Amino acid sequence: MVLLDFFYRIRDAGIPVSVKEYLTLIEALQRRVSNENIDNFYYLSRATFVKDEALYDRFDRAFGDYFNGLEALPDDFLKDIPKEWLKKQLELSLSEEEKKDIESLGGWDKLMETFKERLEEQQKRHQGGSKWIGTAGKSPFGAYGYNPEGIRVGQQGSRNRRAVKVWDKREYRDLDDSIELGTRNIKVALKRLRKFAREGAEEELDLDGTIRSTANNAGFLDLKMVPERRNAVKVLLFFDIGGSMDDYVRSCEELFSAARTEFKHLEYFYFHNFIYESVWKDNRRRNNERIPISQILHKYAADYKVIVVGDATMSPYEITYPGGSVEHFNEESGAVWLKRILDVYSKVAWINPTPELRWKYHESISITRELVNDRMFGLTLSGLEKAMKQLAK
Amino acid sequence: MAERFSGTKDYVAGEDLMMAVNAAIALQRPLLIKGEPGTGKTMLAMEVANALSRPLFQWHIKSTSKAQQGLYEYDAVSRLRDSQLGEESVKDIKNYIMKGPLWESFQSEMPSVVLIDEIDKADIEFPNDLLRELDRMEFFVYETKELVSATHRPLIIITSNNEKDLPDAFLRRCFFHYIQFPNKETMTQIVDVHFPDIKKQLLQQALEVFFELRETPGLKKKPSTSELLDWLKILLAEDISVETLQTSDQRKSIPPLAGALLKNEQDVHLFERLIFLNKRSERS
Repeated sequence: MVLLDFFYRIRDAGIPVSVKEYLTLIEALQRRVSNENIDNFYYLSRATFVKDEALYDRFDRAFGDYFNGLEALPDDFLKDIPKEWLKKQLELSLSEEEKKDIESLGGWDKLMETFKERLEEQQKRHQGGSKWIGTAGKSPFGAYGYNPEGIRVGQQGSRNRRAVKVWDKREYRDLDDSIELGTRNIKVALKRLRKFAREGAEEELDLDGTIRSTANNAGFLDLKMVPERRNAVKVLLFFDIGGSMDDYVRSCEELFSAARTEFKHLEYFYFHNFIYESVWKDNRRRNNERIPISQILHKYAADYKVIVVGDATMSPYEITYPGGSVEHFNEESGAVWLKRILDVYSKVAWINPTPELRWKYHESISITRELVNDRMFGLTLSGLEKAMKQLAK
Repeated sequence: MAERFSGTKDYVAGEDLMMAVNAAIALQRPLLIKGEPGTGKTMLAMEVANALSRPLFQWHIKSTSKAQQGLYEYDAVSRLRDSQLGEESVKDIKNYIMKGPLWESFQSEMPSVVLIDEIDKADIEFPNDLLRELDRMEFFVYETKELVSATHRPLIIITSNNEKDLPDAFLRRCFFHYIQFPNKETMTQIVDVHFPDIKKQLLQQALEVFFELRETPGLKKKPSTSELLDWLKILLAEDISVETLQTSDQRKSIPPLAGALLKNEQDVHLFERLIFLNKRSERS
């Protein structure tokens, strides 16, 4: 049964479809909502199965996979691509300089291996196209950005009437919530933060409700309470600035400055690389106007929630040793100071803009993760959501 | 085959949107619509009602809305007051029951369209409270002990701005469609529908300015379709010529009447700053 296979393929792709939706699709087909045209079937099954635009891209891929598969493509198609052919494709799009760069990275063969691996990974896991295109041509894989597509297009041109199908356009790639935040996603991320801000509100007297239920009660007073509309969440935000964070600062700042109005109290502080005995509020006067951590610990009560935004990418000494800071001599190690913060505030989340896949390659990230009890989250929509959930617990 | 929706002369619908609407009509399930603000989510319900010539019942959701209000409300306060004044009407509880939009649509003599606008504004439990009503299209009025069930199942169109996640049980019952921001082609069609007399050149130039403006990085609120339409309306009213638009190269100056497109002070500042930077880099 083709349809059932398709249903399971969609489920396997991580789209939460239930039996109910499957039955709906069958009913819709029986009533001939869509004619035999495959485009119409695509639209119909998408409207039935997918309830979140963040999953559109995943659906497009699963749909494409499945229906291209039906046209008798071998599964291990990619493995069969001759190396030379791949190489040729690449060479076409490379300049002499880039070729030299590649040689210095271990030569063609090694690179081809990696490239094929990545290509397959992209077929299966698809972390979003942007990952495969490096910035400003520095990444060795930057130049290949166009290629994974190129191969697919070539494959389809011969088999199908149309060059690119609707689901192959992957218009909804930006909406996938596992890719890093871009300007479009920031808005959605904000909403997650706002949701967090609204939770945990206290109760206040519901005047309308009280009048109504008093009236229902034939005049006997019946007090009603409702959750307060204002948000009551108080947040301390520590922000890593400068150095390795430069790439991420803009997106982080945008995110949290926009979120400011949503919280009852939001206090933000800057630090460089790691938190030591003091932080600052104004980056231009960072040397004169420092705020000691001990003061913060006393000033802000334990019900504040702490969010640290930092890439935690540095030499491990900067965390674990006294005097490890790159900027000054710190008498006590960063780990000690972080621990003091953790002792006072039980709700802590560390948001790390470095892509999660790279975390394991940095020792300092592992150390920090351990210090914060694994409460480190990526700066992605799903990461933020997890962080907010953890803070709201 | 029953009724079909294929856009109207005032509303340009993509193939995928039409499919979603038609599926919802044929299977009599609710249709959930999401999309950027200003892409015509609310308009859709009106246009569908128009195209199918069905009556439209609108229910605009606020943060204080309760599911019950869509069905009916029992005005206990007036009744209490009336009882103290000794009014006759007090004896019949029916006088104090006010029908909500869903009740009205259930009673409608012909199939109708119900718009539940911005469902995500309401409390998180709101959609759950409507599950049975949307499924069975019936509900019970406790005060009068009567069962209200729909004579014709209405087509229910729900819009959401994504401010809250909707419960799974609710989603499972709906068809879903995300209205994407229209591309240049579709946008030209949309504008044609609204301003059939607009000069081709002016439109092309205006669209270029508009899409370039949307590309400006860091805008808080990107201008959307409805803002474009407003802007074109003013451009026509002010009789701005194609030449003026052309000379207003975005990199050097603000397009005429940009206030219709950028509605946020910070965005205007940002934009001015970008222009300033561009000018300076050109000079040096």
